[in-house]
Amino acid sequence: MTAVAAEPGRFASGGRGRSALLTSLLVLPTALWYGLLLVAPLAIIFVFSFGVRARNGGYAPAFVLDNYADLFNRPEPYINSLIMAGAGTIGCLLIGLPLAYFLATRAGKRKNLLILLLVIPFWTSFLIRTYAWLLIFNSDSGLDGILSELLGTRVKINGTPFAVFIGIVYGYLPLMVFPLYVTLERLDRTLVEASKDLGAGRWATFRQITLPMALPGLVTGSILVFIPMMGEYVIPAILGYGTYYMAGSALVSSFLEARNWPAGSARAVFLIVVMMVTIAFYLWFVNRGRKVRETSVL
Amino acid sequence: MSAPAIPVSGARTDSRRPKRKAIDRWDGIVERYFRFHTGAVYAFLYLPIVIVILFAFNATDTRVTLWRGFSPKWFGIALGDPVVQSYVLNSFIVAIPNAILATLFGTMAALGLQRVGKRVRLAFDALTYVSVVVPEIVIALSTLVLFATTFDAIESFTGGARPGFGYHTIIAAHVLFNTSLVLLLVRARLSTMDRTHVEASYDLFAPPWPTFKQITLPQLLPAIFAGFLLSFTFSFDDYVITTFTSGPGSTTLPLYIFGAIKKGVTPETNAVATMMLVFTLAMLALGQYVLNRNNRVRGESSSMAGIITEQQA
Repeated sequence: MTAVAAEPGRFASGGRGRSALLTSLLVLPTALWYGLLLVAPLAIIFVFSFGVRARNGGYAPAFVLDNYADLFNRPEPYINSLIMAGAGTIGCLLIGLPLAYFLATRAGKRKNLLILLLVIPFWTSFLIRTYAWLLIFNSDSGLDGILSELLGTRVKINGTPFAVFIGIVYGYLPLMVFPLYVTLERLDRTLVEASKDLGAGRWATFRQITLPMALPGLVTGSILVFIPMMGEYVIPAILGYGTYYMAGSALVSSFLEARNWPAGSARAVFLIVVMMVTIAFYLWFVNRGRKVRETSVL
Repeated sequence: MSAPAIPVSGARTDSRRPKRKAIDRWDGIVERYFRFHTGAVYAFLYLPIVIVILFAFNATDTRVTLWRGFSPKWFGIALGDPVVQSYVLNSFIVAIPNAILATLFGTMAALGLQRVGKRVRLAFDALTYVSVVVPEIVIALSTLVLFATTFDAIESFTGGARPGFGYHTIIAAHVLFNTSLVLLLVRARLSTMDRTHVEASYDLFAPPWPTFKQITLPQLLPAIFAGFLLSFTFSFDDYVITTFTSGPGSTTLPLYIFGAIKKGVTPETNAVATMMLVFTLAMLALGQYVLNRNNRVRGESSSMAGIITEQQA
């Protein structure tokens, strides 16, 4: 934070000392928040993950690896999360890709409106929109009821993994569409036309031109939906009735029900590791074979 | 846009289309599929919102999902319920200071980060992304552990005086995520901003503060405004972080609704949920309207969607 003064600083009247002071003051609150409420909590759970459970719950200092061993002995929540997040990512991709393609190439004047309509629900009460699916599937007047009536047998979607699947695809779809849309919009349309002029069919053009060029957006979108899906807690708690046990559910129950902070901390650290591996893969993929350029995850 | 050709762009492609169509008979089907798919996705996105609103008008007195006719009575009951009123108040007590602090901190940091060295900036970038990308549940629980441990330490240090959870802990935790959000929005704006005006201002010997106030700030305002609004709605709607950092007496609306979902919703819950939904939607729509008006005056094109999608760059 010492020397460097970029553009505006160079012209600042008060000389270097005052300029550096101003810079520090500007970034101070955020630095404080990052230090106290991001670095410190993550550091503390990292330390706690090697501890043992105190007799009345909570944490007692120790250095053991039991919590991590335990995590691998009972991997079901993680396997469930992995399957659900994988399925959810594919679901978002199948729904999102044609939509993003339409928005980027066909939407015309209505493009801005359509994108706005995509953004708005994304920022609106995640909890309530998730709850809404309980109403949609309900067994009186909802889908469960209608299907049961039609098929003559009891159909129950609420509380099943399928309901959770619908919930996560619904909840995270926009995160898949934004990066896809941005890459597809920048895609050089002349290449597509050239491909068609050279006699390539629709499928061949899509596979050889559009898809490879949309790949960065596709990977960004997949990462953006996969990571929160892995750590999802609210959707399985509501739409899965808490019976479909995912990584987030296991995390919460070890903190709140078992009051075993070290075990919970190990689960949290493990989720962060999964996330970092995913991002490392992403960065490797994006920078592969080209000059290092600025990449952003969001 | 109805019948045959792809209405891509320009007459050049169009004039060639009829021939193309003979070769590729799938064209029409694919085009129609795209339009159908898009329509279906938007229905999928908005169906749940419509359903919640619809059920809030159910006249039922017992089972929420049994349709007993149309009645707005539950809105009156919800609005008159002192318990619900206190949750509404709590939600505002948390959301407003959070939005103010996050907007201030995020904007300041975005400006400050232009003036620091590369290493500091990279460290900030890393932390910003970590705060946005780490699953919310992990942040929430580790913050809970930090607070609880700190409060324990304070208690044993002072011999009995233990700070508790409440508005302050919720706000502190919300500000973290929202500061990052504002920081990203404002930085995206700064990076696309035209710097020539700033340089011209300095060339004309304007001091830094007036230059900032008259040139930089007005250009940043849409992003700052969007950041404020999104911070507010995030805080107003958040369940995960709030539930693990709240204390007795600081229950917000999302906590009330989650509790109701677990214990069994009443028609009143649906009315509250609907009002929350409509309120957030109205806030976002208002934001869009203000940005639009601002654009017409300034001749720029920026929308909430644009500001947010700018991030993907």
